[in-house]
Amino acid sequence: MSGKDRLAIFPSRGAQMLIKARLAGAQKGHGLLKKKADALQVRFRMILSKIIETKTLMGEVMKEAAFSLAEAKFTTGDFNQVVLQNVTKAQIKIRSKKDNVAGVTLPIFESYTDGTDTYELAGLARGGQQLTKLKKNFQSAVKLLVELASLQTSFVTLDEVIKITNRRVNAIEHVIIPRLERTLAYIISELDELEREEFYRLKKIQDKKKIIKDKAEARKQAALLAGQDLANAANLLDEGDEDLLF
Amino acid sequence: MALSMAVKGKLISVIGDEDTCVGFLLGGIGEINKNRHPNFMVVDKNTPVSEIEECFRRFVKRDDIDIILINQNIAEMIRHVIDSHSAPVPAVLEIPSKDHPYDASKDSILRRAKGMFNPEDLVR
Repeated sequence: MSGKDRLAIFPSRGAQMLIKARLAGAQKGHGLLKKKADALQVRFRMILSKIIETKTLMGEVMKEAAFSLAEAKFTTGDFNQVVLQNVTKAQIKIRSKKDNVAGVTLPIFESYTDGTDTYELAGLARGGQQLTKLKKNFQSAVKLLVELASLQTSFVTLDEVIKITNRRVNAIEHVIIPRLERTLAYIISELDELEREEFYRLKKIQDKKKIIKDKAEARKQAALLAGQDLANAANLLDEGDEDLLF
Repeated sequence: MALSMAVKGKLISVIGDEDTCVGFLLGGIGEINKNRHPNFMVVDKNTPVSEIEECFRRFVKRDDIDIILINQNIAEMIRHVIDSHSAPVPAVLEIPSKDHPYDASKDSILRRAKGMFNPEDLVR
């Protein structure tokens, strides 16, 4: 297993340096990604608790709004069809801004009003006060819901990004770094092996040389014993001639 | 002109019972576009589920809608469609209706959040 899953690379000093640099890079990247994941997680938790808070608040606001609708109906009479038929242009619209968290863009919705109230004259005959209250209640409900929507969108986006980041962190931690480490260990073991071989070779050569030297010595000794003084033997080349000078 | 309008101001759409729709329309979110398509849908007890589904899909496809409000009891009917909608925009918000109180444990988003938070926080 340990020898199997490694990069296919020729074990040499150069490759060792390369892998070392890559390992250092992978570790740095792992640290950075981990930091990013943590930053996102912090934001995520914050948003999550805010969502839960806003959702409960929404329940209250919607209850209030529904109640004021009933009130208005009681005083004005049924105006459902009038309202449903007289829709023209939206008064409340949304624009979206972008927020940036650790390189992730989150959309933030913001509601704004433009144009006039289509139902300005509704409830002119009676129940005008209740209708105004009803409108106000639903407008505040819309505001809250827009806020909730932007939280929820951030939540979904962050959820996705956190998953991806965690996957990357885990991939680096459990696949890439061990693989690089194994490759490095393989290269080191191969290099050691080569070194040992080299050392053994040198030893062997030294031994061989010693044996040859010993043999020569022994032969010399034998010749000496046999009466031939090799050291004092006359040099064939050196005949003791005077140098000739012309 | 129409394009810049569509980019600038997005709409909120509503799928809900009559009272919810009327309330939000009075709040001023209703719009009928040039093709006479409203951005709201009134669901009564005779509305078939397939029609709600189709309407929801149409709202999701429209690029001038950023937020879809839907009554929770109606969301419950087309839960599979809502669960399969995973893109962040348009945001689908489940709201309580007049005669169905809000149940946090049914909400798609909160159900996704459940794994990360302990359940006691969710039920208040």
